[in-house]
Parts: sequence; structure tokens; C-alpha cells
Amino acid sequence: MAIKTEPMFLNLGPVHPSTHGVFRMRALVDGEVITDIEPVFGYLHRGIEKLAEGKSYRQFLPLSDRLDYVSSMNNNMAYVMAVEKLAGIEVPQRAEYIRVIMAELQRIIAHLLAIGSFFNDMGTFFTPFFYMFIQKEKITDLFEMVCGQRLLYNYMRFGGVSHDLPPEFIPALTRFLDEMPAEIKKYERLLAENEIVLARSKNVGVLTREMAINASAAGPVLRASGVNWDIRKDDPYSIYDRLDFTVPTGTNGDCYDRYRVRVEELTQSLNIIRQAVDGLPKGKVLNPVPLRFRPSSGEVYSHIEGNKGELGFHVISDGSDKPYRIHVRAPSFINLTALRNMLIGWKLADAIIIFGSIDICLGEVDR
Amino acid sequence: MTVELEYNRIVEALPQDLASCVIAVENHGLVIQPERIADIAAFLKVEPGMELDYLCSVTGIDYIRYFEIDYLLYSLKLNHRLTLKVRLTDRSEPTVPSLTGLWLGAELQEREIFDLLGINFSGHPGMKRIFLWEGFPGHPLRKDYSHGH
Repeated sequence: MAIKTEPMFLNLGPVHPSTHGVFRMRALVDGEVITDIEPVFGYLHRGIEKLAEGKSYRQFLPLSDRLDYVSSMNNNMAYVMAVEKLAGIEVPQRAEYIRVIMAELQRIIAHLLAIGSFFNDMGTFFTPFFYMFIQKEKITDLFEMVCGQRLLYNYMRFGGVSHDLPPEFIPALTRFLDEMPAEIKKYERLLAENEIVLARSKNVGVLTREMAINASAAGPVLRASGVNWDIRKDDPYSIYDRLDFTVPTGTNGDCYDRYRVRVEELTQSLNIIRQAVDGLPKGKVLNPVPLRFRPSSGEVYSHIEGNKGELGFHVISDGSDKPYRIHVRAPSFINLTALRNMLIGWKLADAIIIFGSIDICLGEVDR
Repeated sequence: MTVELEYNRIVEALPQDLASCVIAVENHGLVIQPERIADIAAFLKVEPGMELDYLCSVTGIDYIRYFEIDYLLYSLKLNHRLTLKVRLTDRSEPTVPSLTGLWLGAELQEREIFDLLGINFSGHPGMKRIFLWEGFPGHPLRKDYSHGH
């Protein structure tokens, strides 16, 4: 005889250790099974898009760091590229290569954090996380060499980057590139075939190909569902059309595939950085651009492949020195659309893992 | 390379009744009659040769004389894109049909525009504020919003 149960309302968050920030889920559970869920957010809403309207183009640059604060380099790059397109600013070749090196290093950081915290959610309390943090720290040291900052870099400028690479940078980067493949092998040996990992993430939280496209999912979430779509390949920007790399995709769209796609992207990012270092041309890194400038009125949408998906900036100018409107196509925010469909029917303990596998950053969700 | 669809090609491909709701062809997109946006989008989503199956981004802008909403659509299969625009002149109760019936991806983005610009999307399953709290006065991204500094 079935036991009669009653639906119960359960609140998770906003300061729950597994929500990676201030995020709240109002869950309706029947026993352990989730029957409905409503994500609630906005706790970190700083009104960045509104603030942009009161600042000059240059003054907004440090704010872009604060969107997804674990991928500041990518945010910088997406924003400066949008304004450069709007104002017709040229970028020296050396700066393009440096930007790509930084963006891919940043992608490695973000993916290491995503994978590490994913396993944290699964219950491997901080052991894999700290293995990944060791490598993450080395990249942070590299960033500190070029711009003096360890989290919010504010490194890129309209027309290039703020500083050229210091002489000690390339040797340190080469050391990192040499040791990283062995580190990835170590993570794989620890985790990839681990029985608990497989049991808890294979076929859990499946996002079908159709649903992923319909819900505008992007980045590793979309690719894990079997869609081969990467802006770096499909709409190449900067120097990506000259680089050789592949786009890893999954087949099932489950939590395990999302984790696999990220691991494989680590190797691809290392490949890209190696090619960019080999091809790094000499020359200047910054074309002079006045502190305040007035792009002619018009609008532009420019996008890059951010760490969490398509990161786009829709910038509108009215001919003054301040942007009329800046809208950020925030991948973390839009990837949450499918969350409800992915969670319904799963147990509460799985919900934590499924949510973790999407990999969001609340700074970007709430803006 | 994602190519921008040629606007004139689209207008020619549209059936008679839909072609009449294209108000203007501009540099950055097709301007559509607000009440017909869902019909046009539904046609472009499945029409062979267009197959704009992915709603990338929805942006709301206050141009003071009117509100504009930009829908950026991609075809992941054919690798091209198109921007559709609607313009709403009513400032007191601007309303436009929701695209959530076509793309789930519109759900959170339309709520964001409702929250920050005060534009209503008819047919949306849960039209309420998303970042700000219920009872927050005004809509911050409107140009006439005063933020007290």
C-alpha cells in the first residue's frame, strides 16, 4: 500500500552553502521528490546597467569586472570589443594575442572552480576543490604579474590592454602550461571513473537537446546537450579563426556530461594558449584613445564565448560621451531558465548537484 | 561566421498578411507591429531557410518617445541571425505579446524587462518582478526614473 504523503514547502537559501552565492529556491516537495520549484534571486542586484548610463565608456570598464567576478578578463574583453566596434577603434595585433591568452587562462580558472564546487556539492568536501585551487592560484599569480590584481583585473582597454607582458611572464606561463596536463590527468584519475561520481551524476538532471535550444541555454550547458555551438568557432572574433582547437560536446545532457565538457575544455584552452604564445607578435599593446570620446549615435551587439556561455554586450550610443544604454546578455542568468524543468521529479539531494552543474555566478545573474 | 540575414529577403519570404506588419527595415533590424511579433517569430522559427530556432537575447530600451524591445534570433543550424524590434509608444501601460509560448528562453528575460522598464508581456505565465522586490517604486531603467542622487 502506498504511503499517503503531503506536499511540503521547503526553502533553500538565500545563504545555502551549495547555492554559490545569494540564491534562493522555493521548493515544493512530496517526500524527498521535488514537484515544483521557483528560483528567487536579485539579492546581489546592484543596478549595473543603470549605473552605466551615468558613467563615461571608460568609467564603466571596472564595473564590467564585477559582473561574473570569476571571469573578469572575459567580461573586460566582451565590453571593450563592443565599444571598439561602436567607435571604430583599432587594436594592435600583439594586444589581440595577449587578450586571448588572458581570456583562456580565465576560462581555466572558471572551469576549475566550476568543477571543484560541483564535486563539493556532491559531498567530496573540499578535497578536489583544493587540488584545483592550487592551479587556480598559479594563474592568479600570472594575472598579478601583468596587472597587479588578483581578482578584478580591469586589464583591458579600448584599443588594447593596459600593460605589456613583463619579462618574467612568459617563462612562468610556460611552466604552468607544462605542468597542467599532468594535473588534469590527476583530476581524471581521482574523479572521472569514480563510482560515486558516476552514480550520482550519470543520467541525473538531463537537459535534452531540444529543451536546451528552446530555453536559450548557452556554453557548456548547451554543448553538453549535444549542440555544437561555440562563438569562438561559429562566429570567430579576435584571433580565434587562426587558432586550431576543437569544441567538446556531450551526448546525454546530464550532469556528468556538463562536467566532462568543462574538463575537456581545459585541455582545449591550454592548446589555444600554447598557439597564442608561439605566435605572439612584437609591437605595441595599446593604441591611444582619449579618456572621454564620443562614438557617433548607433547601436552594436557584440558577443564572445564567455566561460558560462554567450556573453554579449548591447551598447547604444546617442552621440554623447556616456552610453545611452548598456544591456548585458548574461549567460548565467539565461542558463537558469531551464532550471525548473531540470529539477522537477528529482530528489532534493540531486537538486543540489543539478544546480551546481549549471555553474552560475550570482554577480552576473543579478547584475 | 554568423551572417546577418538580409532583411529584404525576409520581407519577400513572408506571407502577405505577415509582410504587412513589418513597419520598417532599418540598419539594425526589422521593426514589427507589436501585436504581431509572436506571429512573425513563430513563422521565422520553422520556415525552411530561416529556421531561427534560438532566442539569444531580449533587450528593452527606453527611447523616451517610445520603448523598444530588441529580439536577437539565431539559427544554430544555418548559422545566421536576425534582430526583430517592436516599438511601444504608450508610456502608462505598454504591452506586447510574450514569446514564452515559442521559446522558454524568453521567460526570465521578459520578466527582467517588466521589472526594470515596466513593460507588460501578455500571455507570460508569471509576470512579476525578478530582481527588485514587490512594492519597489518605479522602474529604474526608464529614463524618467529618479534615483535620488
